[in-house]
Amino acid sequence: MTGFQELGGKAVVLDRANVDTDQIIPKQFLKRIEKTGFGKFLFYDWRYKAEGVPNEEFVLNKPENQGATILIANENFGCGSSREHAPWALLDYGFKAVIAPSFADIFKQNCLKNGILPIVLQEEEVKLLIAKGKEKAMILHIDLVEQKVTNHEGFKATFPISDYWKTMLVNGWDEIEITLQLDDKISAYEQANNL
Amino acid sequence: MGKSIVDKIWERHIVHKEAGKPDLLYIDLHLVHEVTSPQAFSGLRMKNRKVRRPDKTFATMDHNVPTINRQQIDDQVALNQMTTLEKNCREFGIELAGIDSPEQGIVHVIGPELGLTQPGKTIVCGDSHTSTHGAFGALAFGIGTSEVEHVLATQTLWQSKPKTMKLEINGVLANGVTAKDVILYVLANYGIKFGTGYVIEYCGDVIKNLSMEERMTICNMSIEGGARAGLVSPDETTFSYLRGRKHVPKGEIFDQYVENWKSLASDEDAEYDKVIEIDGSDIAPMVSWGTNPSMTAKVDGSIPTEAECATELEKESLARALAYMGLKEGQKIQDIKIQHVFIGSCTNSRIEDIRAAAEMVKGKQVHPGVRALVVPGSQFVKRTAEEEGLNRIFEEAGFEWRDAGCSMCLSMNADVVPSGEHCASTSNRNFEGRQGAGARTHLVSPQMAAAAALNGHFVDIRNLNKVEVL
Ligand code: SF4
Repeated sequence: MTGFQELGGKAVVLDRANVDTDQIIPKQFLKRIEKTGFGKFLFYDWRYKAEGVPNEEFVLNKPENQGATILIANENFGCGSSREHAPWALLDYGFKAVIAPSFADIFKQNCLKNGILPIVLQEEEVKLLIAKGKEKAMILHIDLVEQKVTNHEGFKATFPISDYWKTMLVNGWDEIEITLQLDDKISAYEQANNL
Repeated sequence: MGKSIVDKIWERHIVHKEAGKPDLLYIDLHLVHEVTSPQAFSGLRMKNRKVRRPDKTFATMDHNVPTINRQQIDDQVALNQMTTLEKNCREFGIELAGIDSPEQGIVHVIGPELGLTQPGKTIVCGDSHTSTHGAFGALAFGIGTSEVEHVLATQTLWQSKPKTMKLEINGVLANGVTAKDVILYVLANYGIKFGTGYVIEYCGDVIKNLSMEERMTICNMSIEGGARAGLVSPDETTFSYLRGRKHVPKGEIFDQYVENWKSLASDEDAEYDKVIEIDGSDIAPMVSWGTNPSMTAKVDGSIPTEAECATELEKESLARALAYMGLKEGQKIQDIKIQHVFIGSCTNSRIEDIRAAAEMVKGKQVHPGVRALVVPGSQFVKRTAEEEGLNRIFEEAGFEWRDAGCSMCLSMNADVVPSGEHCASTSNRNFEGRQGAGARTHLVSPQMAAAAALNGHFVDIRNLNKVEVL
């Protein structure tokens, strides 16, 4: 994973609450054994009608939303199944950040581990972004170091992130590598507990 | 101040602690299945890493195995996933209950059954229903594939301590009200994110009186309320379930284990970040009518109306759910007709569930036009049921009797509900498309599912002697 300090790009609005990971990537696509190539199946049942015909009504299929890298959604995004195929699909499609008033726990972790930024903003702030984003395509700028989301029209909001994850993402560190440096401690724990 | 069971398990598992970081926790048991593991093993291979403790890792295949004609697997992509797991287990030295193993089954059914699940353990699996194992007083939660790789390589995980919630259910459950109804009632009243950021400890008289199978049903659906883990302090019920199981020590060592397990139970004066109290006597048999598990009503109730919605968002969600489900606001639950019945999944496929359902269908017939399936949670459950003659009860009533697997819980294999049709299902998720594109799922207890199979619609099993059962 490569580290980053800021992100910028087109934001697309998915004005739904409780979007579960079954919707983000339906189960028929979980049989693959790779991490890549899931982007074309993202939101499959919403994005396509029967027999794979694109549903033109769906936000991701609108011409003005092509090339979006930031997804804005409503509360409890990513609930349900722990499938990491959900962030893999978002990433493969091109999303680098998701903004919502709240996320499900496992999904949030899964995003962080794949370098997708799950940004929690206040409900009012998300509402504002959703309203604006529905009017016309919107460019957002995200500063991870400063923990800020801004745009050229004066929108400005701050988001929380733990120092731990900020450091990991900025540096693009591999968590396993870091843990393996603590190998002695793990062995000591195993010995002390007869494991 | 006293400690809760979560505090105690947490403290005992800290390998490394450092300000500004999550704690590094030791993982006692890592369960692995075919769908969420292949990329983790590839990751290890790419970096030339080993599995640190294959002896604390156990694998099975459950999600996309066929539940019929197992020798002949047509789905090549699914087959590839299964053989990949076999290969990975062989290469990394992990014990596997493969498709032909007498121990094969849904990962959350076989863990407890084999005695791998024990009080005080930290247990993880690349599956959100790992919370099931919390019924034994273990801290058990679902993880993503990156975390699976991390646990394989290090036998640890970086975790921030979650908040704790005490969910106390007192009183007595009415006849016909099951553990499944308890958890559906909780979700109907508190929604699908009340548990986000928490570990839920279930307690109170109702929980104390439940069997291990019933406790598992409740802990299983903690994640449906947003909680990564849910647990119950271990007690005599827990110990007697575990005694004599394959991976549980015997004799004197068992007694020593029990002493240690007893010390894990939450102290009387333990403090929690949140407390919820529920009156068990208010719970009725529950039926979900919508597209998430909180969209659930009592069987003698009806679907809410738009006028009852508190917010715009709720109104929209109701409209969207009703459009998907092909139902109307205010419609009576008992008027919903069903075409499919699925008795199975890690929520309700244990021997007690199968027995309870068999009791309902004994000597009766499945309603014409209903297709009904019983999929035992493990091959062990299947054999036990067959020894008791339960398979014959089901088959004579017109049910199909299958091999163990996740089956129609998520319909990754060939067990699918056709678009637009309604299924009374003992599983845990009624999301859009969960049981097949356009499929309409209603979550219920095994008894309610069985009664629905006989009647072609939902019936209040509390009044069964008054209902004309076909
Ligand atoms: S039975 Fe359903 S919920 Fe349980 S592990 Fe299998 S797919 Fe997941």
